Amino acid sequence: MLKQNLLILAAVAALAIAPLVIHRNGGAAFGGADNNAAVLVTTINPDYKPWFTPIWEPPSGEVASLLFSLQAALGAGLIGFYFGRRSAFASVKRQELAKAAPSTEQAS
Amino acid sequence: MHIMEGYLPVGHALFWAAASLPVVIHGGRKIIRLIEEKPQAKMLLAASGAYVFVLSALKLPSVTGSCSHPTGTGLAASLFGPSVTAVLGSIVLLFQALLLAHGGLTTLGANIFSMAIAGPFVAYGLYRGLTRAGFSMAIAVFFAAMFGDLVTYCVTALQLALAFPDPVSGVFGAAVKFLAVFAPTQAPLAISEGLLTVVVMNLLTRYSADELAVLDKATGRA
Repeated sequence: MLKQNLLILAAVAALAIAPLVIHRNGGAAFGGADNNAAVLVTTINPDYKPWFTPIWEPPSGEVASLLFSLQAALGAGLIGFYFGRRSAFASVKRQELAKAAPSTEQAS
Repeated sequence: MHIMEGYLPVGHALFWAAASLPVVIHGGRKIIRLIEEKPQAKMLLAASGAYVFVLSALKLPSVTGSCSHPTGTGLAASLFGPSVTAVLGSIVLLFQALLLAHGGLTTLGANIFSMAIAGPFVAYGLYRGLTRAGFSMAIAVFFAAMFGDLVTYCVTALQLALAFPDPVSGVFGAAVKFLAVFAPTQAPLAISEGLLTVVVMNLLTRYSADELAVLDKATGRA
């Protein structure tokens, strides 16, 4: 399973790196697709004015990246905690089974 | 797939909010019942929500030269069903709307509908259909997560097309244009999401077999 998982993770990394290699000559801006959609809205309907603006915006790219990393870190931390707990449970259970196994055999 | 703040006319914003709200409420009730009846599944629920947090924070480069992010909802949808996932996805979308100016409050209903409802429903249907048809869990989860991700972006494109029909070619023409913005960018990311979700499912089948068994009973699966 470990080997399969590592291969899969390598494939995901390759999928993320490939676009950077393909566009290495600086032809692409790598902007957000969400923003491209907003631009398309204005192209289709030049009169449309967004009628509401975000109540708070991160004051800079740095602060935005802080909050995005925080979001990812919270999620990754919790998942790591979860699997750490589960793998610890699994090894404790295995040890208990190993200890209990000879005696149950005698009993039965 | 986040429709930016203010980028849906009032009527459309209200419509999508009204469409999403009942599903989220139903999901909230289901979560309360799940935690009462199967407290063992609480940690797995939290971890599935955390997975949505991580994946929707990762803006990945795509072959088209623009960036987008996976949704992370396929895992929770496969494990807990679509309405529970609607609640988890809504929490993430609210976090991003309030703290990151990513998406928005007026477009929250529409964004919940695409990422937290439509995608998870498709993912759940595919996961159940494929596992019942005898495919391995890994195959089922891969296609569930991949198409859940793609459908999310297609729904966003349709929502925008309905609100902003092309003056010449109408809603259909606009849909083609919006799909052209989202779909090619999303396709490789959807594959990544499918693959990553398989890794998590592999770990779950190894370490959390007892929790998965509890869930099977809780969701009424055979």
